[in-house]
Amino acid sequence: MKNRYLSLTVALLSLSLAGCPPKTETGGAAGKAATTGDIVVGEYGSLTGNQATFGTSTHNGITLAMEEVNGSGGVLGRQIKVITEDDQSKSEEAASAVTKLIAQNSVVAVLGEVASSSSMAAAPVCQSNKIPMISPSSTNPDVTKKGDFIFRMCFIDTYQGPVMAEYLVNTLKVKRVALLTDNRSDYSRGLGEAFAGRFKQLGGSIVITQSFSQGDSDFRSQLTAIKGANVEVLYVPGYYNDIGQIASQARDLGMTMPLAGGDGWESPKLIEIGGKALEGCFYSNHYYAEDPTPEVRNFVEKYKKRFDNQMPDALAALGYDAAKVLADSIKRAGKTDGPALRDAIAQTKGFQGVTGAITLGPDRNPVGKKIVIVGIQNGRLALRSTIDPNAQAAPVAAHATTAPSDTTGTTATH
Amino acid sequence: MKRMPWYLRDLLYLATVVVVLLGVQYLLERSADYYPAMRYYHRILVLMGINIILAVSLNIINGHAGQFSLGHAGFMAVGAYFSAWLTLFYFGPYVDKLPESSQFIAQNVLLLIAVLIAGLVAAIAGYLVGLPSLRLRGDYLAIVTLGFGEIIRVIILNVEKIGAARGLSGIPAWSNFFWVFFFVVIVVIVSVRLVSSSVGRAFLAVREDQIAAEAMGVDTTRYKVKAFIIGSFFAGAAGGLFAHYTPAYLNPQMFTFIKSFEVIAMVVLGGLGSISGSILAAIILTFLPEGLRAAKDVLHMTKDPRMVIYSIMLITLMLTRPQGLLGRRELWDVLARRKDSIPKEKRDEGNADDKLDRDAGPPVT
Amino acid sequence: MQEFLQNLLNGIAAGSIYALIALGYTMVYGILKLINFAHGDVFMLGSFMGFYGAGVYARMTGQTGAPQPSWVMAAIILIASMAICAFFGFLNERIAYRPLRNAPRIASLITAIGVSFLLEYGGQFVFGPDPKFFPQLVEKHLLNIGGISTTNYQLIVLVVALFFMALLQYIVYGTKFGRAMRAVSYNFETASLMGIPTDRIIVTTFAIGSALAAVAGILNGLVYPKIDPLMGVMPGLKAFVAAVLGGIGNVPGAMLGGLIIGVIEAFVGGSRFSQFRDAIAFVILIVILLFRPSGLFGKYQAEKV
Repeated sequence: MKNRYLSLTVALLSLSLAGCPPKTETGGAAGKAATTGDIVVGEYGSLTGNQATFGTSTHNGITLAMEEVNGSGGVLGRQIKVITEDDQSKSEEAASAVTKLIAQNSVVAVLGEVASSSSMAAAPVCQSNKIPMISPSSTNPDVTKKGDFIFRMCFIDTYQGPVMAEYLVNTLKVKRVALLTDNRSDYSRGLGEAFAGRFKQLGGSIVITQSFSQGDSDFRSQLTAIKGANVEVLYVPGYYNDIGQIASQARDLGMTMPLAGGDGWESPKLIEIGGKALEGCFYSNHYYAEDPTPEVRNFVEKYKKRFDNQMPDALAALGYDAAKVLADSIKRAGKTDGPALRDAIAQTKGFQGVTGAITLGPDRNPVGKKIVIVGIQNGRLALRSTIDPNAQAAPVAAHATTAPSDTTGTTATH
Repeated sequence: MKRMPWYLRDLLYLATVVVVLLGVQYLLERSADYYPAMRYYHRILVLMGINIILAVSLNIINGHAGQFSLGHAGFMAVGAYFSAWLTLFYFGPYVDKLPESSQFIAQNVLLLIAVLIAGLVAAIAGYLVGLPSLRLRGDYLAIVTLGFGEIIRVIILNVEKIGAARGLSGIPAWSNFFWVFFFVVIVVIVSVRLVSSSVGRAFLAVREDQIAAEAMGVDTTRYKVKAFIIGSFFAGAAGGLFAHYTPAYLNPQMFTFIKSFEVIAMVVLGGLGSISGSILAAIILTFLPEGLRAAKDVLHMTKDPRMVIYSIMLITLMLTRPQGLLGRRELWDVLARRKDSIPKEKRDEGNADDKLDRDAGPPVT
Repeated sequence: MQEFLQNLLNGIAAGSIYALIALGYTMVYGILKLINFAHGDVFMLGSFMGFYGAGVYARMTGQTGAPQPSWVMAAIILIASMAICAFFGFLNERIAYRPLRNAPRIASLITAIGVSFLLEYGGQFVFGPDPKFFPQLVEKHLLNIGGISTTNYQLIVLVVALFFMALLQYIVYGTKFGRAMRAVSYNFETASLMGIPTDRIIVTTFAIGSALAAVAGILNGLVYPKIDPLMGVMPGLKAFVAAVLGGIGNVPGAMLGGLIIGVIEAFVGGSRFSQFRDAIAFVILIVILLFRPSGLFGKYQAEKV
C-alpha cells in the first residue's frame, strides 16, 4: 500500500515536470465586439446580502443614467443595454458573475462594485479579459492597482480620512478622539487608519480604539469603554446600518459627544434608524443631495420621479456618474473594443458629474474630487463644509497627506 | 500478455489521466477563442472540481468514519492562506527572477509544492482538531469543529500580514483546470482505495458501532484522528488550488460556517459514505446557483429568485431522497446492478439505511 | 467597578435574548436529537412579524406614520408574532422534518440548513434585503442607577425573558404535556407504546420553540431596532453555542449558557481584545467541553426535555 502511494507521488512529480503544455495566450478579445445592435454593458452588484442597499442604490443610479442616454438616441447610433448580475455581497460570487457577464454576454465594459472586496475579486477577471471596469464607489486604494483596465469614480479612503481629520482639528479644534472600527470590513479599517494617521500628525490624539463586527447589534460594551476615556468626538468609519444603533446605544449610556464618519454612513435609512441620537453628528461624503448646483438638482429631481419619490444617496449618484462617464467614453472612443474604450475612459477630463468634476489621473482614480462634510441637524441632513480642490485651482492628487488643510472653507448651514 | 509490474501499471494509468486532463485543458482554452462563453463554463467547471475535492474529503470524515465535522471551511481557509502566503511572498518573487523560458515549469512545480504544503498544514490543523474527538461525540464534536472553523477565520481576520479584513490579493494565478482535476483524481483514488483497505474497514467499524469496534481491538481514537488528517489534507489542498485560481483573491468572509454547511449538504445529498454520490452532489450544487441565473429572465421577475429556488430545491431533494441520491452505494454499483454483480456485503449496507436510524445517531446522554 | 457593573448589566440583557433562542434549540434537540439550524432565522421572522404587525396595528387604529408606543400594542404584537411563528414552526415540522422521521438523522439536518437558507434568501426576496427600523413599541426612558446607565428597554427584556423562561419551566416540569414531552425525549418508541401521541408532542414542541424565538425577536427589535433578513445568522449560532454549553437538551442549561455567552461577550467587547469577540464564545465552549464533554448540565443523570 505504502509503496503504491509513493509511486503515485513520484509519477506525479515527473509528469508534472515534463507534461505541461506550452503556454497559451489567454485573455484578449472575449468575443468579437459587434458593431451593430445594442451595446451590452455589464453590471454586478450586491442586490442581496449584507450590502444590498448599496447595490440597489447604485443599480438605480445606473438604470437612470442609461435610460437617459438611450432616451437621447444612445451612443454611436446604438442603444445601451445593461445586464445586471447579483453577487450576494460575496466576493467569490462577484468573480463568477463578472466572468459570466464577459464570457456569456460579451459585455464591452463592466460597472461595479460598491464593496472593495468584491471589486478586488472581479478586477483581475476584467483585467485578464481586457474589459474595462469602472467601480462607482469602492474607496479602497488597492482596487485600481489591479491593472490598467480598472477605474473608479469616487475618492479614496486615504483622501477622505485625512480630510475629516483636518476638519476636526482645524475647524472644530478637537484634540481627543476615540476610534471605533468595524473589524470585518476592509473599508472601515482602511479609513480608520487613514484618519488616525493624519489626525495624529496634526497633533490630535486617538485616546482609545475599539472594534466591532458588521452585523453586531450590541455595542454597549465597546461604548462603555469609550465613555470612560472622555473624548470629544467618536470617529466611526462604518456602514449606516450599524451607525444608527451605535449612536442610539451611546445616547442610552449617557454619552453626548458627536459621532463622525465617512461615506459609508450615507443612506436615506441612516436617520430613520438612528433618529434623534444622530443629532449633531457628521460625516464626509461624495455629494450633498440638496446642493444647489444644477447637476445635483437636476439629478435629484429625475431620480425622485423615476423611483417613487426616493431621495438618491451618494451611491446612486456615483452609479449614475459611472454610467454616464462610460457612455461618454464609448462616444469618444467611437468603438467598443476593450483597449480603445480603456484609453477613452482614462482620458476622461473635467466631466461634470453629479458628484463634482471628474478627471481621471494616471493611477485611474479621480483627481482632486470634491468632498463634502454633511451634518445631521433637526432630523435632516445639512451641509457643513465643502472641500473642492478644483475650485481653488490647486491640482491636488488624490493622495492622503497632500490634501491641503486650507481648502476646508465655506461652512454653510441650512 | 504478460502482466505488467504494478508500478508500471500505475504509472500508465496516471499518465493516461494526465494526458486526458491536459487535452481537456487545451480544448477548453482553444474553444474559448471561438466560443467565448466557454470561459464562464470553464470557471464553473473548475469551481466544481474544487467543491468535489471538498465534498469527497469531507465524506472521508463524515461518511466513512462517521465523525460529524462542520469545520471544513476552516481547514480550507488554512490551506488557502498558507499556500497563498508561500507563493505571494516567496515563490512568486522567485519565479519572476527566473528566465522567461523556465518560468512556466517553475510555476507549476511550485504550485504543486504550495498545494501539497497547504494540505500538510491543514492536516496538522486537522490533527489538532481531531484530538477533541477523543472525548466528544456526535453533535458536540460538530459544534466544536464548527467553532474551530470560526476561530480560524477570526484569527485570519486579525493578521495584517495576510491582509486581514482587506483580503489577500495579488496571489499568482497559477492554478487551472488541470491541477484542480488532477487533485480530484487523487482524492477519488485515495478515497476508493481507503474504503477497501484495512484503514477503511476500521473507519466503517468506528462509524457503525464504536463500542463493538473497540471490543474487536480497533483503536478507535487513532482511526478517528486519521480520518480527520486525511480529510483536512485534501480540504487544505482544495484551499490551495482555490487561492491560486483567478481572481486569486482571498477574503476571510469566504470561509464562514456557511461554506462548511454547503459542503456538508453536498456530502449528505450525495449519500453519506458514497464517493460518487459526493461527486454528483457537488456537481449539482455548484451548478444550481449559476444555472438559476437564467430564472430571473425566464420568470420575468425584477428581483432575482435564484437563491430562493436553490434552497427550495435543496429541501425538496432531501425530502425525496432522504438517504441521499445514491444512498451508501456507489454509482458503479448502481450501474452494475442489472448484471447482478454487486458484492453481497455492499447490498446489505445499502439496505441498512432504510431502517430507523434514530438511535444510531450519536447518543448524548 | 462602575464599568464592571455596566458591562455585567449589558451582558445579562444581551444574554437573556440568546437564552430565549437557545431554549428553542435545546427543546427540539432534546426531543428529536435534531439541530434545528433554521431556528435563528425563525427569530428573524419573529422580528419582521413584529415590524409588519406594528404597521398593521397603526393602520387599523387609524394612525398615520409611526405607531404611537403603547403597552396594548406591544402585547398584541408580541402575541400575534408568537402565534405566527408558532404556526410557522408547525408547518416547518410537518413539511420539512416529519417526512424524514424515519430517515437518517443527518437528512433532517440538511433540510434544516435548507429551511434556514430559504428563510434568509426568501426574507430578502419578500421583505427586501435592506434593513428596517423596528418601531418603538413602548415609550423609551433613560435610567441611571448609581452611575450605571440603562434604559427601561433593557429591564423589559430581562423581565419578559425571565417570565417566559419560568413559564417554559412550568410547562415542562409542571404539566401533563410537559411530562409527555419528557417521556418522548427519554425514549421515543416506549413513549408511543404508552399511548403518548408522539407526533403531536413533537409538533407542539416545535411550535413552542418557535414562539419563544418570536419573543426573542420582538425583544431584540426593541433594544436593537435595526432588523434585516440576515439578522438571525449570528445570534442563532451564538444561541446554539449557548445551548451546547449548557448541555444540549437541558432547559436550565440553555438559560445559563445564554447568560454566560452574553456576559462574556460584553466583557471581551469592552476590553482590548474586542476584535476577537466573535471567536470568544467558541473558545469558552471548547474549553468547557474539554473538561465536561456534555456541557455544564449535560450529565447522564440529568433529566432531559
